[in-house]
Amino acid sequence: MKIIKPKTTAAALEPDMTPMIDMTFQLIAFFMVLLNFGEAEQDARIRLPSSQLAKPPETALENALVVQLTGDNQVLFSGELMPIAGLDEKLRREARFITLSGEKPEDATVILRADAESKTGVVQEVIQKCQENGFENFALRAKQEDEES
Amino acid sequence: MKLRHTASQAPEKVEIQMTPMIDIVFQLLIFFLFSFKIVTQEGDFNIRMPVAGPASSTSLQTDLPIKVRLTADGDGNLASIRMDDAVLPNFTALHEKVMSRVGTNAGPDATENIEAELDCDYNLKYRNVIGAVTAISGYVTPDGRIVKLIQKIKLSPPKKPEA
Repeated sequence: MKIIKPKTTAAALEPDMTPMIDMTFQLIAFFMVLLNFGEAEQDARIRLPSSQLAKPPETALENALVVQLTGDNQVLFSGELMPIAGLDEKLRREARFITLSGEKPEDATVILRADAESKTGVVQEVIQKCQENGFENFALRAKQEDEES
Repeated sequence: MKLRHTASQAPEKVEIQMTPMIDIVFQLLIFFLFSFKIVTQEGDFNIRMPVAGPASSTSLQTDLPIKVRLTADGDGNLASIRMDDAVLPNFTALHEKVMSRVGTNAGPDATENIEAELDCDYNLKYRNVIGAVTAISGYVTPDGRIVKLIQKIKLSPPKKPEA
């Protein structure tokens, strides 16, 4: 019996990649749009108190520095965890930097992201330290309350 | 002149190498996937507290300063709310009290001159302060609009508990 050998084509089988690439680009575009580098200061260690009046500001605060306070009353400033006593030097440096750039610390805003479980007295101490270094404007940050809660 | 006829040569199919592009695209996709996190919307309560603030409790323009006292129990939870010597059961009652206080004043700008000072226990959990600030500073109407009440809010200086 003669076996007929099937003819092999020279062209290799190429799957159609176009839909996959299309979809991948769509996904990239989706994540790119949603990625918010501006919220990089948000730290998972801080669980903010919620408030129904906490709406995101329409314009970003100019000359703002973020001081965060964890639930165990430690200060988180520019990515560094420290006790409250260590904040003084950092704030002094910030105030000096603001002054050197031709602005006043009084015009800068200190965004205070304090954990819901932190002690109010410690928050007041942080505010006091900021005041001692010339800062007068504070923004107490809270997360937006869910509609159902 | 004799032109060389090239049409007889079969046109070669130009193939673009897709592999490097797909590699990069997947790298990008993985980067965005890992750096993506769902963030909740955050808002600010703006307070202005000059260094001499606690000493001079009211400025010349302000009238009817509201003093709210929040006390804490041993665990730092809210024990009592006082406003003008009246004990209030919760923040809703505080809000109603503030409304009755500022709502009767003439004109929509009347609340601009009113200052509120929160005097809190050292150990009080911070979420109660935000609760009080929310009750004092405004409310949300059923159609989602925010009505502002008192905007001049400040915290009293810290009082360390005696050891």
